[in-house]
Amino acid sequence: MTQLALVIDLNVCVGCHACVTSCKEWNSYGEAGPMTDFNTRGANPTGTFFNRVQTYEVGEYPITETVHFPKSCLHCEEPPCVPVCPTGASYKRKEDGIVLVDYDKCIGCKYCSWACPYGAREIDEKQKVMKKCTLCVDRIHDESLPESERKPACVMACPTSARLFGDVHDPHSEVSMAIRESGGYQLMPEWGTRPANHYLPRRKVRMTIHKDELQRADNPLKKEGELPALPADAQTLDEISSW
Amino acid sequence: MHPAFSVIFLTTLIGVGQGLFLALYTGQLYSLANLLPPQDSRSFYAFGGVIAVAFLIGGLIASFFHLGRPERAWRSASQWRTSWLSREVIVLPITVVSIALYSGLHFIGWTGPWFTVAGVLPVDATLVAGGLAMIAVLLLFVCTAMIYACLKFLQEWHSWLTVVNYLLLGSASGFMLAAAFSAWQGVGLVGFYGAWAAILTLAAFVTRGASLLRNRRLRHKSNLQTAIGVRHNHIVQMAQGATGGSFNTREFFHRRPRQVTRGIRIAFLVLVFPVPVVLLLLAYLTSSATLPVLAFVLQYLGLIAERWYFFAEARHPQNLYYQYVS
Repeated sequence: MTQLALVIDLNVCVGCHACVTSCKEWNSYGEAGPMTDFNTRGANPTGTFFNRVQTYEVGEYPITETVHFPKSCLHCEEPPCVPVCPTGASYKRKEDGIVLVDYDKCIGCKYCSWACPYGAREIDEKQKVMKKCTLCVDRIHDESLPESERKPACVMACPTSARLFGDVHDPHSEVSMAIRESGGYQLMPEWGTRPANHYLPRRKVRMTIHKDELQRADNPLKKEGELPALPADAQTLDEISSW
Repeated sequence: MHPAFSVIFLTTLIGVGQGLFLALYTGQLYSLANLLPPQDSRSFYAFGGVIAVAFLIGGLIASFFHLGRPERAWRSASQWRTSWLSREVIVLPITVVSIALYSGLHFIGWTGPWFTVAGVLPVDATLVAGGLAMIAVLLLFVCTAMIYACLKFLQEWHSWLTVVNYLLLGSASGFMLAAAFSAWQGVGLVGFYGAWAAILTLAAFVTRGASLLRNRRLRHKSNLQTAIGVRHNHIVQMAQGATGGSFNTREFFHRRPRQVTRGIRIAFLVLVFPVPVVLLLLAYLTSSATLPVLAFVLQYLGLIAERWYFFAEARHPQNLYYQYVS
């Protein structure tokens, strides 16, 4: 069974909000309808977003790190928002595991947003229906797009390739390999919701340089001093190589 | 959570209606067993049933204000297999109809016994309709409370105490209204209903107090570390992804200072529990007809505060993601 999902690499996310704006742009027109904004030029602008990038400071000064943390619907494999919906407007698609809202059935009771521990659902204050990330369901199955563009808008927009998209149930997919090999994890595992979206942790890359490595073995400019002279009959590199 | 007055009025008003019906039916059972003098079918049971139905419909009307798209409310009965909200949507009209039937049967006086059980218990149409209505009322208490109790990560609500509290607080307020109703009608049942109202109020005090103590000692399973999956003792949010507010910042936190929530807790602890019981005692001593009415009104005001606090107390884990606006 297919379970499409995003894998977000916190190691490379730079917090540029390109995913947020491209998501809003793609999902604000066409069949999806608006994601209404209010008070856009006022002191407290507000609106509906499927995807938000949050920023956390980890550690205490001076040893701190800034973690940019994009969060959208995690398309849980056990979505707590779906069974509580009284109208059946919230549903999880069998064929690709995407959790969707049928805007024409939603009565705007907000119960599904209460049932989501991640705060991934937001009501559209104008249309009065619940909205959430659709994984750009209208893009990813669109046969008229070239294969390389059948990806969510946020994935297409990410300048650092921090977002991967694919089937987490396929062990050979890019996302499954990334989860396996980079220690991908889920948010709030304590609630058993089994989010399909995974996050790749930040990775420390440390280099150990030994003292003898500071002097280059091959030293054409003689910067670190004279190299011992070769014996007179020693072969040169040109003589032992084939060209 | 952010308390919504639509839901506060829904749950408290239907609680009163359900409790009042339970009181009427209990009174009828007692008088069948010759423990109470029989009451007039029309002016007491039928009229009382109408009041209960009025409270339930009042709650139903309040519930519509919670919906973004009330014109589609009819759809909400479809998912009864999984959703407690859907189950409530089904059981609430059944309760209204069955109490209305009970009231109507009393009104047209179908109180002639159909048959007699074991030679002592005459069964009539109102007894059967009332029995069905009682089942509906008890189911409705469970459905309403389970809407909240089934959300496992709202740990303040995820407890059997929630169901017991809805049952006991609703019943207590209903019996309190029954006492006020009997006092107003001038029938000699104020002592009976008043005593039951006091007993139910004290029982509710024990279980509501237990849930307050439980929630005070609660350890939340989620924290910022599990929320973003970073294992570090010191994590501070610098930006939540929006400069103004969002649905997430408005819906899941009451944004009232601690003094306000504490004041409302004290208010409901005083208004719901000791005040009505003392007023009932005074009414019993002075044979006053107005004090039971006052007791009901004050307890109902207290219940509004109680329900406000019930919502405000619950800490939704999504708030972990929305702690700081940069």
